[in-house]
Amino acid sequence: MNFVPHTQADIQEMLKAIGVSSVEDLFKDISPGLRAKSFNLPQGLSELEVVEYCRNLSSLNSSGLKNFLGAGFYQHFIPAAVDELAGRSEFYTAYTPYQPESSQGWLQSIYEYQTAICELTGLDVANASLYDGGTAIFEAAMMALRITGRNKIILDSGVNFIYRSMLYSYTANLNIEFVETQVVHGQSCREEVYKYLDDKTAAIILQNPNFFGAVDDHTDIVEKAHSFGCLVIESVYPISLGMLKTPAEMGVDIAVGEGQSLGLPLSFGGPYLGFMCVKKDFVRKMPGRIVGATLDKEGKRGFVLTLQAREQHIRREKATSNICSNQALCALRAVIYLSLIGKEGLKELAELNYQKSEFAKELLAKIPKVEVKRSSPTFNEFTIVLPKRVDHVIKKMTAKGFIAGFPLGKYYKGMDNYLLVTVTEIKSKDNIVDFAKALEEVLVA
Amino acid sequence: MQLIFEKSKPGRRAVKLPRLDVPIKTGLAAKYLRRKEADLPQASELDIVRHFTNLSRMNFSVDTNFYPLGSCTMKYNPKFTEKIARMEGFSDIHPLIWQLEAGEKFAQGALEVVYQLERLLSEITGMSAFTTQPLAGAHGELTGVMLIAAYHKAKGNRRKYVIVPDSSHGTNPASAAIAGYEVVVIPSDKNGFMDLEIFKSKLNPDVAAVMLTCPNTLGIFESQIGQICEAAHKVDALVYYDGANLNAILGKARPGDFGFDVVHLNLHKSFGTPHGGGGPGSGPVGVSKKLDEFLPVPRLIKDADGTIKPEFNRPKSIGRIAPFYGNFGVMLRAYAYILFLGKSGLIEVAEAAVLNANYCRVKLKEYFDLPYDRVCMHECVFSATRQKLNGVSALDIAKYLIEKRIHPPTIYFPLIVPEAIMIEPTETESKETLDNFIKVMKEAAAFAISDPQRLKDAPQNTQVSRLDEAKAVRDLDLRWHPL
Repeated sequence: MNFVPHTQADIQEMLKAIGVSSVEDLFKDISPGLRAKSFNLPQGLSELEVVEYCRNLSSLNSSGLKNFLGAGFYQHFIPAAVDELAGRSEFYTAYTPYQPESSQGWLQSIYEYQTAICELTGLDVANASLYDGGTAIFEAAMMALRITGRNKIILDSGVNFIYRSMLYSYTANLNIEFVETQVVHGQSCREEVYKYLDDKTAAIILQNPNFFGAVDDHTDIVEKAHSFGCLVIESVYPISLGMLKTPAEMGVDIAVGEGQSLGLPLSFGGPYLGFMCVKKDFVRKMPGRIVGATLDKEGKRGFVLTLQAREQHIRREKATSNICSNQALCALRAVIYLSLIGKEGLKELAELNYQKSEFAKELLAKIPKVEVKRSSPTFNEFTIVLPKRVDHVIKKMTAKGFIAGFPLGKYYKGMDNYLLVTVTEIKSKDNIVDFAKALEEVLVA
Repeated sequence: MQLIFEKSKPGRRAVKLPRLDVPIKTGLAAKYLRRKEADLPQASELDIVRHFTNLSRMNFSVDTNFYPLGSCTMKYNPKFTEKIARMEGFSDIHPLIWQLEAGEKFAQGALEVVYQLERLLSEITGMSAFTTQPLAGAHGELTGVMLIAAYHKAKGNRRKYVIVPDSSHGTNPASAAIAGYEVVVIPSDKNGFMDLEIFKSKLNPDVAAVMLTCPNTLGIFESQIGQICEAAHKVDALVYYDGANLNAILGKARPGDFGFDVVHLNLHKSFGTPHGGGGPGSGPVGVSKKLDEFLPVPRLIKDADGTIKPEFNRPKSIGRIAPFYGNFGVMLRAYAYILFLGKSGLIEVAEAAVLNANYCRVKLKEYFDLPYDRVCMHECVFSATRQKLNGVSALDIAKYLIEKRIHPPTIYFPLIVPEAIMIEPTETESKETLDNFIKVMKEAAAFAISDPQRLKDAPQNTQVSRLDEAKAVRDLDLRWHPL
């Protein structure tokens, strides 16, 4: 019972071997004064009961609504083989591959994941994963501070609000100067970025596409930053890289992002996947696990955790990060997903997202008094302005079976009528037509 | 085995995407487009399925091998929790939905899980409140130290140092350093406890906190824990509990009752969720009453009518430390695990874990040095110093275990034990499994005397023999390159 296999006879035999008369004797180091004052928990249940109880809870959630909400976290198609393969318990019941001879499957998978992330971003070296897109930005910022020895960061307000607020939380006790710059016509405001950029700036943090869905080419910002010895960190949406200019092509130093869109379900906020990819000069400053290829005694290729001298279990307080557990299983899902989607598939997928989103823009623009923001190009997410407050519209849309999008007024002042709409490949033409129709009805009513 | 990239062949495809069913519009301007394509694999679905299935078989895992990796609590991960985590009503919910107007009604089931889990963990540890946001144990540590910093800041205390014992996990000093503190290390005494006299001499009003693991990484319950908490509180230093080893004391003792101010747990250790080849974990943090107001936002509040809503208006909160409410999928598994085991089941966990560890300790102490020879909790730490005299290291013994299809214990940790071999059998392993492990360990000890080279040549039956780790660092090869 309770997954403890011992029979009474086993227990007696083991106690005898140890030389004590009861299990309680083994707890004598915990003096009476230190014993639990309470342990008021419910009685255990059977598997049948727990599963039924949880099934009931799951039915209270919204999985049936048609979802046009993204805001950094996206519903994409997940091929069945991702669940099947990542669901193999030889993967998920293992731990960090400290012993390479008994972990080649994991180590090779991570090496393949690192390769896929490098291919996506165009940069040289990826680590084995970080917790999520927000902690990846924090780790990248810390890395930039270490590399440059400076303490000022320019943060574009087009970076996801959640990630900006995480960054401020983490650095509250550190001596870092932050400057937030505005988004103008959907894109990073060069004028403002250059105004603050100086030889004390460690990094500029950008996002592409940004929170409003706008696509940008940051090449000019990167060139300017480098002329001041400042690094550029860009947070990217991996699916968009089937189409968009890569961080490497813009000259970006550290690319990070949320990898949830690579075969991970939304799962109410996690587990997700932070990825990080850097220029090779920075590899020894990078946080997190890294897998490398090497040879065994017979000259056969094999894989190991490498550059461990950066890590907490060796360097303790001088480590490049405190990370120990990461998101390996999520990284595995990502590499399986990217293998299944494949080289041609990723381009097709990006095109589907782009075209469906452009189609949705066109339909929504036809609704009276709805304005589609077109000052900058977008990928699969865009901003529309409604003739009334967005929160009321969202409420009425849920009654019609849609999650209409994200109310930008929640994170940005003066944008109470702005709605961020996402259209991924999972929406059919009919879904989009129905959505536009429902929105028109709600606005007319 | 070839890489999936090496098995790739131009023109081969796996996934069939839906055809484009909308009129085609002009694409983006060239300056926004990537010039170099991502060279992802080109393979059939069967190629990929066979590839990753075969890779999965090149691992030791709890489901295939005994895995007594000390400090990591590699217990059995029940299958029904996997089934629950995959229910669409949980896996398909967007994390922002309940923050939208009238959206909370679309996530009540998920919110109930978070809300109830917070309360169960509070009762299990004796803490006042919990946040489930931290995404792993070390992330919980960082969160805990940030809470401590916020506490001192609010009180106007200027504190510079965090104290950790030399037996601590490496994450403790690393987390303290990242949160902006200097680390003071206290040596262990002959019993394996933090040296109380030295601790007291380092304790002063510049100290923000002391971080402890209990049972400590030697598997020993720090019986002086009450005195440590008391001494720290006298100078308004807070006491942090690294809950990595909570498995050993479930139902027996609670860090909240000892006087700890902050506790992090590893749901993937004590509460049976899978370790995922290195993660995802989940590192919820519990606090005493005086730290409640600093917890990350949003907090979950239950209305009179039972509806759970987010509360963001907490002016003293440290803010957000994760995008949402933590690794929900992991929390859900742990919640189901706790419901299944219940009160008596959790107590049974601690008892069987401690019984198994002591059984291994007693059966092996004749063959290996046991630097801290006393009753242990959930794990015991041997040293291969005796074997080292014959040139056999802890690493060689580990490699022999691999050959015998047993995952090695943690080696070379804690750092205070030379040639450390840290064994944590966990409660889910049977006496037969332990007896076989003991037998193999004795064989290794015998070879260390009769034929040390036999151990140096291990493992002899794995896909690869010992790998050149120095070469891996020297000739960095961190990705595949297209030919």
